[in-house]
Amino acid sequence: MSVAPSEVELPESGERTKPDKPWLTIVWNDPINLMDYVTYVFQTVFNYSKPKATKLMLDVHHKGKAVVAAGARESMEHNVEVLHGYGLWATVSSDS
Amino acid sequence: MDAFRRTSGRGVRARFDAPEAVLLRSLIEQVVDLLTDPDAPPPGTPGTHAAPETPGPSGTPAPTGPAGAIGPAGESLDPGTPGVPTVADLEAMLGMSGTGQAPEDPALARLLPDAYRDDPDAAGEFRRFTEQSLRSAKQESARIVLDTLPADGGPVKLSGEQAQSWLRALNDVRLALGVRLGVTEEFEEQWQELDPVDPRSAAFEVYAWLGGVQESLVQALT
Repeated sequence: MSVAPSEVELPESGERTKPDKPWLTIVWNDPINLMDYVTYVFQTVFNYSKPKATKLMLDVHHKGKAVVAAGARESMEHNVEVLHGYGLWATVSSDS
Repeated sequence: MDAFRRTSGRGVRARFDAPEAVLLRSLIEQVVDLLTDPDAPPPGTPGTHAAPETPGPSGTPAPTGPAGAIGPAGESLDPGTPGVPTVADLEAMLGMSGTGQAPEDPALARLLPDAYRDDPDAAGEFRRFTEQSLRSAKQESARIVLDTLPADGGPVKLSGEQAQSWLRALNDVRLALGVRLGVTEEFEEQWQELDPVDPRSAAFEVYAWLGGVQESLVQALT
């Protein structure tokens, strides 16, 4: 929802860098993982409260996916690795 | 089966009948087999989460499994330059392997999913760095179930950490079986529509039972 600045000074290389763009951890709906289990994993992995974890689980269930964390790419990749360990269908995505 | 209950500490306990223990152990063993990468370095190689063997002199090959990157040099190294590992050797030591491609078997692909949805290059690179350790971690969870579930049934007592391994291993079994059965959100209807003599009907019953076991473990932990 952010608006790009009208004038952007490009780096010397001409490469557009996005140092402040956060990365996202996304969890996708699947028909196998149990709702209580997904909630429990969100509480355990992210230390989220039960209400927050439940809301995210319901978002996954009803909307097909939910953003469960945002931040540096490395930590999002770490999240995804941990979530794959628990069998959740998780991906990393750039916030664009 | 007696459902999981929390013990006085942070652990849980349950009781499995003999046929249930035989069934669950068999399913867990099948997942271990499914996760075994024929091209992988043997357990105990750095980058895996496998439990160490009994301490011994370094360089001693593991009692089982083929000689690998950490085993005696020579077999996998370029004979012309003794002591200088190839890139492939170094990658194996770091737990990196494979082509970065998702597994073709849909059940295995569900256990080891792509980490990037619309970026095959990033997904491939992530997989090359992490897939081996993910396979090993899942196999280790499965082994903890096999170590704590008596083959002829009986009581199961788990520490909090072992309970986490059980959760992950039970889920992996449900994922693999669920993919094989093609279960959808309308799992109950799918099951009811099957002829009771259809062998898939028994598999759906097992799948439902596994869900009950996992649910009881989640309830005991929360």
